[in-house]
Amino acid sequence: MHKLLEDAPGKEMLLLGNEAIARGALEAGVAFATCYPGTPSSEIPEQFFAISKETDLYFEYSTNEKVAMEVAAGAAVSGLKTMVTMKHVGLNVAADPLLTLAYTGITGAMVIVNADDPSLFSSQNEQDNRYYARLAGLAMFEPTNPQEMKDWTVAAFDLSQETGLPVIVRTTTRLAHIRGGVKLGVLKPRVTKTHFKKNPFRFVTVPAVSRNLHKELLKKYEVLSEKSETSPLNQIIGSGKGGIVASGVSFDYVMDAVNDLGIKDKVSILKLGFSWPLPRKRIVNFMKSVDEILIVEELEPINENEFKALAQENGIAIPIQGKGVGGLSRLWEYDPRLVRGAVAALFGLEQKAPAVVDLSDLPPLPGRPPTLCAGCPHRATLYAVKEVYGADAIHPTDIGCYTLGLLPPLSMGDFVICMGSSVSSSCGFATATDQKVVAFIGDSTFFHSGITGLINAVHNKHKFTLVILDNGTTAMTGHQIHPGVDSAPMGLDLPQVIVEDVVRGCGVKDVHVIKPFNIKKAIESLKASVEYDGISVVISTELCTLFAKGIGRARKAKRFAINPQKCKNHRHCINKLACPAMYLEGNAVRINKNLCIGCSVCAQVCPESAIASMKD
Amino acid sequence: METKRCVFVGVGGQGNLLASNLLGQAALSMGIPVVVSEIHGMAQRGGVVESAVLIGGANSPIVSNGEADVLISFEPLETLRILNKCNNKTLVITNAQPLPPFTVAVGQGKYPPVDEILGKITKKVGKVVALNGNDLAEKAGNVLSLNMVMLGALIGTGATPVTEEVMKRIIAGFTKKAFLDSNLKAFDFGKEAAQKGMKD
Repeated sequence: MHKLLEDAPGKEMLLLGNEAIARGALEAGVAFATCYPGTPSSEIPEQFFAISKETDLYFEYSTNEKVAMEVAAGAAVSGLKTMVTMKHVGLNVAADPLLTLAYTGITGAMVIVNADDPSLFSSQNEQDNRYYARLAGLAMFEPTNPQEMKDWTVAAFDLSQETGLPVIVRTTTRLAHIRGGVKLGVLKPRVTKTHFKKNPFRFVTVPAVSRNLHKELLKKYEVLSEKSETSPLNQIIGSGKGGIVASGVSFDYVMDAVNDLGIKDKVSILKLGFSWPLPRKRIVNFMKSVDEILIVEELEPINENEFKALAQENGIAIPIQGKGVGGLSRLWEYDPRLVRGAVAALFGLEQKAPAVVDLSDLPPLPGRPPTLCAGCPHRATLYAVKEVYGADAIHPTDIGCYTLGLLPPLSMGDFVICMGSSVSSSCGFATATDQKVVAFIGDSTFFHSGITGLINAVHNKHKFTLVILDNGTTAMTGHQIHPGVDSAPMGLDLPQVIVEDVVRGCGVKDVHVIKPFNIKKAIESLKASVEYDGISVVISTELCTLFAKGIGRARKAKRFAINPQKCKNHRHCINKLACPAMYLEGNAVRINKNLCIGCSVCAQVCPESAIASMKD
Repeated sequence: METKRCVFVGVGGQGNLLASNLLGQAALSMGIPVVVSEIHGMAQRGGVVESAVLIGGANSPIVSNGEADVLISFEPLETLRILNKCNNKTLVITNAQPLPPFTVAVGQGKYPPVDEILGKITKKVGKVVALNGNDLAEKAGNVLSLNMVMLGALIGTGATPVTEEVMKRIIAGFTKKAFLDSNLKAFDFGKEAAQKGMKD
């Protein structure tokens, strides 16, 4: 049995924040869950994926976040309890359904988990999605630890069901990936089937209907505001004259700072757990009870501006500060020392933190950036493309492991902004320049949002080559399935949508399917694509090495070694491929037999044929 | 209780996330408040993997620069890179056997000699315990048990309130039968090496 299904109320488990959210959903009786995976949200659906195999919980990896939200919307307006999870940029993709789903509302429940990524641990931007609650007019909860992530997910389901509106639970990378003690609650039974009651004047958003729905939403928003006023998720701690406001992980830093500085009796801390709509009356009373306020919030000064506006409306003249105090900025995540310093600055105290060791005498350290794995098929494909197209070609790339191809020596990545942008931006590059354009997109990303761009390219007669790196899984986020995956090894029998069929169905005439570990043939196919006058698609198919190992389909090929008699130290193997299985011993290149998977690419690249498979 | 701030660092694949998770479970099972933080995702593709375990009642899940009580490092170069987490009282437990990054292989940098690394660290922090973790793991019968060696070393130093008995019970609870013997051996080898190192 999955550990999150344990029916043991009161038992304390060490849970990852994301596991705690999944448990909270189960306790609330979630029946229907969808997502597109994205760090730092991915471990929530991973729990549902496993649990759906042993229970009647419905779960799917949808093709993208918009689809995920719409699939869940159908179930939620039919009356089921649903959850949709995504990373912050995923909510951009799902923003279209979100903003009008707020109008129609739902009849069951919908909790949307949105994971922000301050400090950009694995994202292309650090946008602050607290704005989405404001944009949509929906409630937002911001828990501060795994226990609250569990408990408040239950509360979010309750609020959603009661108000008929989706509720957004916002986490950040820090919260998603911390482990803490969580006391389990009672698991409510699931209701998995329902009967949809038609109501076109609520659910069909033609202008005449939506004009009225917008009015309804504003009424419901007043209800949410009242709930926020009395919610136990908003809490004032202490009764000192120094006001501090925080939510999410910043609240944890504030609590430790106050404790470390020994100023508990001097502060009042307003914890905003039900952070939108704001509990305006409570905030005004709070502002009247303190002499000054420090607002600690990562990313944008959202609460700071709200508080300043509220103070102005209510004739309150105390100083309200946030960004700029003690190094609190709009950039990156905060940490205990930074927040302690800001709190100390507010009270004119010295921060008695130990000095950081002096590192001025350290030599420059060799970097250890993330890299494509030993035997990664992407390396072979990127190398082959580089050999054919040279350095002047433009390489729009996309979101996935292959983005790492931007690093030298491959240096194959010139532009990436979001999922699917490789294909569409290529249309622009190819028209605006006379340079060759070869774009890269992974299989999962192609299904997510590459297809519409490809149809655009065909229809508008754009001329470039699209290389689809089909490694049979959603690799970067942890090997989730997608429509192009053979799901049999995962014990499923989901129909496999073949990438080549989709590409041809989009109207592409010049299609090549290559096996990237056969470099010579791959180069031949790529050369043919260069000659083609129009849109050409090369599908490079080879299982992700890590994934293949995980499902028992690892290559059985022999490992490779360098023959020192033949090696003349051209070093094409390391200078052009940079496979992490290669290393230098003195002046000689060697292959780490524990890392080599026998892909043979280095052997094909060696001009002296000095690399050969090892004899038993 | 005074908070013990432990930072773990290693290279993707060395198993330091599992080590910090197990330490957290051991603390929780002793009734000690604990919070563990990890970095997942892109950082794991052969890059540096960092985690933190705060034992004893902190709310914050991470350790700021200069504020680690203990640093447990699985790789000597990474010990040096993350030294800004330390102060002049920090206990540093480090594997002394390098896993050179590929940047060194392609000539983008030079791996500093391990003696030089350890020499520099010793001058800056409270105490350094260095051990040949990979050798000990191999001696225990499983090259992948480096994380058990390092956990054993941490418990051996007595730097946290987690006891050997509880730590071993947690390890036994998660380990597959075939690896139990080698994991516990690796733990003991690490513990003994650290106990010796604390006396040096």
